[in-house]
Amino acid sequence: MWKWLHPYAKTERAYALCGSLLPWCWGGALLCLAVGLAWGLAFAPADYQQGDSFRIIYLHVPSAILSMGAYSGMAIAAFIGLVWQIRSADMAVSAIAPVGAVVTFVALFTGAAWGKPMWGTWWVWDARLTSELILLFLYLGVIALYQSFEDKQQGAKAAGILALVGVVNLPIIHYSVEWWNTLHQGATITKFGKPSIAPDMLWPLLISIAGLGLLVAALSLYRLQSEMIRREMHRPWVQAMFKAQEGNHHAF
Amino acid sequence: MIYPLAGLLRRELALAYRQKAELVQPLIFFVLVISLFPLGVGPGPQMLQKIGPGVIWVAVLLSSLLGMERLFRDDFSDGWLEQMMLSGLPLPLVVLVKVIAHWLTCVLPLLLVSPLLALFLNLSPAMYQALVLGLLLGTPLLSLVGATGVALTLGLQRGGVLLSLLLLPLFVPLLIFATSAVDAAAMQLPYNGQLAIIGALLLLALALSPLATAHALKISQN
Amino acid sequence: MHWVQNNGIFDDLDQYIKWVQIIPNCCWLCYHPPVFGCAFCFELPINKRLSLSLLSVNNLSCIKRDRILFDELGFVLQPGELLHVQGPNGAGKTSLLRLLVGLSQPQSGEICWQGENIRQIPSQYQRQLCYFGHKLGVNLALSALDNLHFWCQMQGIKADTDLYPLLETLGLVGLEELPAGQLSAGQQRRIALARFWLKSCPLWVLDEPFTALDRQAVQMLKSRMQAHLQEQGIIVMTSHQSLDFPTPVRELHLEYRL
Repeated sequence: MWKWLHPYAKTERAYALCGSLLPWCWGGALLCLAVGLAWGLAFAPADYQQGDSFRIIYLHVPSAILSMGAYSGMAIAAFIGLVWQIRSADMAVSAIAPVGAVVTFVALFTGAAWGKPMWGTWWVWDARLTSELILLFLYLGVIALYQSFEDKQQGAKAAGILALVGVVNLPIIHYSVEWWNTLHQGATITKFGKPSIAPDMLWPLLISIAGLGLLVAALSLYRLQSEMIRREMHRPWVQAMFKAQEGNHHAF
Repeated sequence: MIYPLAGLLRRELALAYRQKAELVQPLIFFVLVISLFPLGVGPGPQMLQKIGPGVIWVAVLLSSLLGMERLFRDDFSDGWLEQMMLSGLPLPLVVLVKVIAHWLTCVLPLLLVSPLLALFLNLSPAMYQALVLGLLLGTPLLSLVGATGVALTLGLQRGGVLLSLLLLPLFVPLLIFATSAVDAAAMQLPYNGQLAIIGALLLLALALSPLATAHALKISQN
Repeated sequence: MHWVQNNGIFDDLDQYIKWVQIIPNCCWLCYHPPVFGCAFCFELPINKRLSLSLLSVNNLSCIKRDRILFDELGFVLQPGELLHVQGPNGAGKTSLLRLLVGLSQPQSGEICWQGENIRQIPSQYQRQLCYFGHKLGVNLALSALDNLHFWCQMQGIKADTDLYPLLETLGLVGLEELPAGQLSAGQQRRIALARFWLKSCPLWVLDEPFTALDRQAVQMLKSRMQAHLQEQGIIVMTSHQSLDFPTPVRELHLEYRL
């Protein structure tokens, strides 16, 4: 693990890695999202119970999955930063957090919008919505902690620990909320009783999950790159890079 | 190893004794918040009994947050934290001693006034018993997780509001299980399942939180 | 383990002990066979030799908020030496001292105590040092006596009875029961400085110890430091004052870098 990670301990190497991954992520994200959403929103068959309003699933489910995925990515980065003391991993924590928070918010918003036609109300203390809400609070905590430090290096480390504390708590919170929900609500909302999903609906869903995943990765990598530059503005490698870029502009 | 740690505990207790006024404030806040609820929702005994467990636990969470900063803030600003980190003692153990002292001085008084609250909110004896057992198991968990939060916000000028933003989401499971234990007691159902889960959470926090706190303290010194 | 890395003669402790047994009175600075007239070539029992403290700093660099305070800093301190760190405000003197005691971690480079990186032996190293920083570590609600008492307990020093004579030398008698918050800044610093009388350890690290002290206290501290150097201790300190010690003082100048 260490051997694999070691070359990227230097920020400039990590920067270059991000740079080479970014075009693939952007391209893949645009392609998958375009295909998945167009297929899902326009061509997939409508649900026999919910009609067309079910189509929000192509936004809601990917964002709900990715909200958890981004959090685990953040926690993995925090763990790498904590154990191997790699600064770019610490920076990754602060780069992923806002992206994850936005995705979580999208999941909450689409969930509420879906709830209006289905349940007749915008907000129901449904187990999944509630734990999604708490996940949003955890994200906001990480962001707020990072933002309040003046010394960003220290802030990134602190945010990393909080992300790890959160990831230990996340399953506990999730299951406690689920248990609380069944205790208080009985069987009023069983959502859809898990009908097996038709392959015509499944494929666009899977493609849009992949697309959103790549989009989250692309945004995080992009933020990570700018974070690296902002933090190491005065280091020789950044200065050299800017000089090279300026040279290019003059050549044109 | 025991002698220096016992010394630390004695110091914390002596300090708490010197700063009695500071310790009483969260306690008064606690009683005050709880006595506001009957005024807000009406004095009907049925209603109070229904919302009682939740109200008490939310008030416990809020008032324990008020006193939480005492845990490390003074030590950080006057440099005692540096001296503790250079004492050769394992930092997680030092953290554990601080948490024990904090629980004894800041949280135990909340437990002691809880009979009064049971009267205020019209709790039945069975509910009260469940409440106290839940508090006994749950409040050390509050102190342990709170210590990590305080250590993380230590380098900041105004960490108070941020601290509650960080900590309150983490306390959700505790709130759920502790209030449901009291609810179960109200319906004369067994509630040892809930207590067992809180106990498990406490053990988990006991194992992990001192390590996380010690690491956060090291970061605060950078 | 590399035993005394800086001169590169010995790779491990066993080799060193063997060498010392062959030439019992070799020079304990550079380990070559005794030279007539060399002040460091005298017979020293092996356990005393091993306990000789030695602090070495290799290739140390510190970056704070994206500003390089210093880099490629290196020095070796032998027993009985005092390092006086000087430089303008913001040059990184305090940061250097905090790195030396292990409160913060260096960006790169290593700090070795008796040839071992201090990150490998934190608690062992901490027992060998006494630190006096910008923050005094004196609680303002506790009395001078309690502050010292609890500090001794934490350090595992059993010195309950010895405290009064010490308070007398420090000019704190009559004030020992008052909360430290009611004392003046100089008196509070005296409480913190009392630790150097209480804990016997080879390495002292002091950050601006003379500020806010009156002339008599400065003199007292200086003579205590000289006694410590005579007992083969090591002192690393910052001060804007000149030290005027009779013994030679090593100086390290840090520059303010942009």
